[in-house]
Amino acid sequence: MFQLKRSSVFVAAAALGIALGAQTANAWEPEKTVEIVVPAGTGGGADQMARAIQGIVAKHNLMKQSMIVVNKAGGAGSEGFNDVKNSKGNPHKLIITLSNLFTTPLGTNQPFSYKDFTPVAMLALDEFVLWVNAEKPYKNVKEYIAAAIEATKKGSNFKMAGTGSRQEDQIITAAIEKATGAKFTYVPYRGGGEVAVQLVGNHADSTVNNPIEAVAHWRGGKLRPLCVFDSKTMPYNDKVAGDLPWSSIPTCKSQGLDVEYLMLRGFFMSPGATAEQVKYYVDLFQKVRQTPEWKDLMNNGAFNQSFMTGKEYVEWVAKEHQRHYNLMKEAGFLAN
Amino acid sequence: MAEFANLFHGFATVLAFQDVNVFGTTMYLPFNIFIMIVGIVLGVIIGVLPGLGGANGVAILLPLTFSMQPTSAVILLSCIYWGALFGGAITSILFNIPGEPWSVATTFDGYPMAQQGKAGEALTTAFTSSFVGAFFAVIMITLLAPMVAAFALRFGAAEKFAVYFLAFASFVGLSKEPPFKTLAAMLIGFALAAFGTDHMTGSLRLTYGSDYLLPGFDFLIAVIGLFGIGEIMLTMEEGLKFKGKEAKINLHVVLQTWKKLPQYWWTYLRSCIIGCWMGITPAGATPASFMSYGIAKRVSKNGKNFGNGEIEGVIAPETAAHAAGKSALLPMLALGVPGSPTAAVLLGGLLIWNLQPGPMLFVENKEFVWGLIASMYLGNIVGLIIVLTCVPMLAAILRIPFGIIAPIILMFCAVGAYTVRNSFFDVVMMLVFGILGYLFKKTNYPLAPLVLAMVLGDRAEEAFRQALVGSAGNMGIFFSNGLVSSIMALGFIALFWSVISAGISRVRGAKPEAA
Repeated sequence: MFQLKRSSVFVAAAALGIALGAQTANAWEPEKTVEIVVPAGTGGGADQMARAIQGIVAKHNLMKQSMIVVNKAGGAGSEGFNDVKNSKGNPHKLIITLSNLFTTPLGTNQPFSYKDFTPVAMLALDEFVLWVNAEKPYKNVKEYIAAAIEATKKGSNFKMAGTGSRQEDQIITAAIEKATGAKFTYVPYRGGGEVAVQLVGNHADSTVNNPIEAVAHWRGGKLRPLCVFDSKTMPYNDKVAGDLPWSSIPTCKSQGLDVEYLMLRGFFMSPGATAEQVKYYVDLFQKVRQTPEWKDLMNNGAFNQSFMTGKEYVEWVAKEHQRHYNLMKEAGFLAN
Repeated sequence: MAEFANLFHGFATVLAFQDVNVFGTTMYLPFNIFIMIVGIVLGVIIGVLPGLGGANGVAILLPLTFSMQPTSAVILLSCIYWGALFGGAITSILFNIPGEPWSVATTFDGYPMAQQGKAGEALTTAFTSSFVGAFFAVIMITLLAPMVAAFALRFGAAEKFAVYFLAFASFVGLSKEPPFKTLAAMLIGFALAAFGTDHMTGSLRLTYGSDYLLPGFDFLIAVIGLFGIGEIMLTMEEGLKFKGKEAKINLHVVLQTWKKLPQYWWTYLRSCIIGCWMGITPAGATPASFMSYGIAKRVSKNGKNFGNGEIEGVIAPETAAHAAGKSALLPMLALGVPGSPTAAVLLGGLLIWNLQPGPMLFVENKEFVWGLIASMYLGNIVGLIIVLTCVPMLAAILRIPFGIIAPIILMFCAVGAYTVRNSFFDVVMMLVFGILGYLFKKTNYPLAPLVLAMVLGDRAEEAFRQALVGSAGNMGIFFSNGLVSSIMALGFIALFWSVISAGISRVRGAKPEAA
């Protein structure tokens, strides 16, 4: 018994030594509470991810200081972005992004851009899936597009419900219109959950919900996925709805609908952060990614688990900004 | 009745003893009951502090629950929510400061009652009514869950607008104030709701280039100012007279009040039905409380005395608000659509605990769902006992002289306004709203329609525009099926009720003459 205790003391001492060693390797560490700004409301995808990270960091003691999540949704996220932009040199403020990092300044002329922030890391990409009500006769993309074109010709309304205005859902809708020649009536709602329910209730004809927003209704047999807006199928083979896994959903391109869209779930810091500070948070997120809770979250939401930092991440963001500029310009969504 | 078997299984989950690690020693405890009491007490405190609110409280504590079992975690969080609902009534009645939007209607008669030295009676009535409303809603959830979920699916944008329209219309038509004063106040509320982002086009409205106006006006700041600060200014003008001194402070008041309540059974039943209906058609607790108050004012034989401390004026809004608050959880569990900000935070929690809200939750996670429903029954009973025992203590606060209590209230108001967005601008706005509130009261304009319009204004606008976008501008969408037409028709009847009732009495008065 005594022996056992001694050995456990030894183990503890060794662990402490390793921890101290790790500490000296990281020169910078947060000195006070770290704030994660969410430029969107509570309950949405970015908010869920931020709160999950907050929980994981707390549960696994990944950081000495605590972490808080603050929602600043005003002005399509401008409130949050402006807040971080104006906190120059404050290394205790991070922001988790949605596509509104690009769409809000382009669509509303708000005075911020992705260049104002210090990039930290891309944690994942959120997929978009084309959904229709399971009662509808069209079983695949071809029949769906034919129905939409038929409706356009007859002059009746083919309704696409989506989250927000001049944001990702409407941009995808505009891209589908451009690719197929069909015309949709886009109806904006506040949140993805609400959008999915509108489709279940047959108040809309289709949506481009993220997997996590619509999965419950797919499992309940109310919705049918037609295709995913990614270059390859989602790599999740667990059965989700009946016998069907996420990987059973074909890519839109393979179905003749050449539209690709993924949404950034990444982190930026306030302007003027040092390389050391960025490295601290990159390491922190690496640790978060190793936890089982994170893996569950990725699995549930069928996320694209690309992870990027440094130059690669910066280039990706710049390219994505240009792509949004082009898409929004074509759709006429740019502010004057 | 499979529901009952499930429910009893749920009770067993909640009451179960389990090994709990308390400060390093393992104990055998009914952990969920313990968590429930902690949650309710925390919730009451959160509800009493203006600005903190249920949604913030739940959001702050959410990460703490990740290491718990999902059932225990949701019991803790939902009990904080129930506690905050109870707590919101306390400040409404004692200081005329509604902590939550749905406690606004409670101030109309609750505060005058407190002023007349009947604070204990008002608090007991409010708590008991909350309990009755919530209990009714939980029973409905138990029995009707699948049917109700199917009904909620029928609500598209047009139907939602019809519900909002009914709420606004019944306020104009059923209020005793001159209809044009009500309309004027309501229009100011709509104008205030228009600030910030236009959700339909994504463009900014009325921000005048200022970053402070980006998010629009927060409801809480307006309410803290209009009611709390406005009231303090009025009291100051009246020469710091203090009216709450005679508050009775013993537990007898609870029993005496309980003796009176059963005669209002019809008000209770009506308010429960209004509440459940508004909770499921996802309009929520705020319009439910206002509508129930407005209808009670019309229907009650003491209607004229409403606003001067009438006990029915406390029963009606509290019962309906809690019936709506509880029944709003059903769309969240069954469809994944949060009915309130607090429900939205809870929804985020469900996803993190690996529970997918939606139709399959009732099938695949039976234990969780029925554990939650059982905790709603028990949490309500525990909550009622806790808050009722506090009544004498709370009523005693009113014995403190105004000169001492007013600065403290003012400080709490300022802190509350600041915490909403950590912005000093909001504290200034709170004072501006205070002056507005004072002017409204001096000129006898009603504040309630302004508040109602401010809370629901942009939701109603959104639903209206969504419906019209979907129908390509055809107004016929608001009469396109039986459901939406009947709600709209009810709305118009309510709007012109005073004209209609005058017409009816004239016809009745004229008939004998003709005969």
